[in-house]
This record gives sequence, C-alpha cells and structure tokens, in this order.
Amino acid sequence: MSTHPPDTHAWASRMIRTTLGLAAWTAAWVASLALAAFGPGVLWNDQPAPTVVAIAFSVLVGVGMLFANKRNLQGLDELQRTIQLQAMAWSLGAGLVGGCAWSLFARHDLVGFEAEIGHLIAFMGLVYLAGCVAGALRYR
Amino acid sequence: MKNRLKVLRAARDWTQADLAVVLEVSRQTVNAIETGKYDPSLPLAFRLARLFGLSIEDIFQDQAEV
Repeated sequence: MSTHPPDTHAWASRMIRTTLGLAAWTAAWVASLALAAFGPGVLWNDQPAPTVVAIAFSVLVGVGMLFANKRNLQGLDELQRTIQLQAMAWSLGAGLVGGCAWSLFARHDLVGFEAEIGHLIAFMGLVYLAGCVAGALRYR
Repeated sequence: MKNRLKVLRAARDWTQADLAVVLEVSRQTVNAIETGKYDPSLPLAFRLARLFGLSIEDIFQDQAEV
C-alpha cells in the first residue's frame, strides 16, 4: 500500500528559524564583547562611562542570546535534545574539573603563562563541540 | 528495544524523511529509532502508534520479553 503522509514542514521551518536566530544573537554578543574589550583602548580613550555602557550592553545582548538558546533547545526533537544535554554535561564537567586544575597549576607557577578565562571558555567550547560530534556519530 | 518501524514504514512506501516530517522530528531520530540505537519517549511512541493505527506494543517489543 503506497500512501503518502501529510506534508508539513512546520517543524523543520521552525528549527531553521530558531537556529538562525541563535546564530544572529551569538554573533551580536561576540561583537558586543569585542566592543567592550577593545573599545576603551581603541575608540574612547579609556573613559569609564562609555566602557560601563558597552559592558552593560554586552550583558543585555548576552541575556538575549541565552533566551535564543533556550528557544532553540525547546525546538529540538528529543534525540537532538539528548545529544545536546550530553554534550553540555561533558562541557560543564570538563570545564569545572579542568578549570580548577588549570587554576591550581597557575597558582603554583607550574605553567609558563597566566591562566585566563578565555582559556576556559575555549576549552569548554571544544569539549562541547566534541560532545556534539560524538553524539551525532553515536546515533547515526 | 526492538521495533517494527522500518517494516511499517516500508509497507506504506514512506521514506525516513517522510516519517520525520509527520512526526516533527529529524530524519536522524527516525533512523536511530529504527536501528534500535534510541528508544523514543512515550509521547513519541504514542504518536507513532496513532499514525500507524496500532498499539505501542504492536510496534515496540521489550527485548526482555522476546
């Protein structure tokens, strides 16, 4: 028997929309972070008022990004959500353990350079990406 | 958990993508369920049962019982 299912791509369209929304919010947050980081030295001669405004703006855009991420996660199907949850669990756990270890290394002068928050963010990001890839491969 | 999803889908000449569209999930999810790599939630199992006009037990079999 050859019957065709009802054709509705509403879910796929919604997924694309929320993913693009998240990408736009993330790009805006990175740009606002760059403005707050480099603006004081490059654009407004280290004046405190514009720096405070730039940081506050970055926080606001960051909150927007968090909500966009929440919308995106809610729009995923249950398997995708499971993959995301596992990747985020790995990222959080590795960030906590790795961050504390890295901080101890730095405190006891066992690494040649200063431990910075950027290192932790990059490490967590890489673990998260690896978790997503591993999840996608596991359920392929 | 074993299931008859692939057989039921093939009997209707549907692709995994067709089924994914109806269930509002990704094609990867349909494939993972068919190959037994992922067990669907109860709401998704009910959606499948309604779609094929069967009971959940007609589609999914607990391997402990097989």
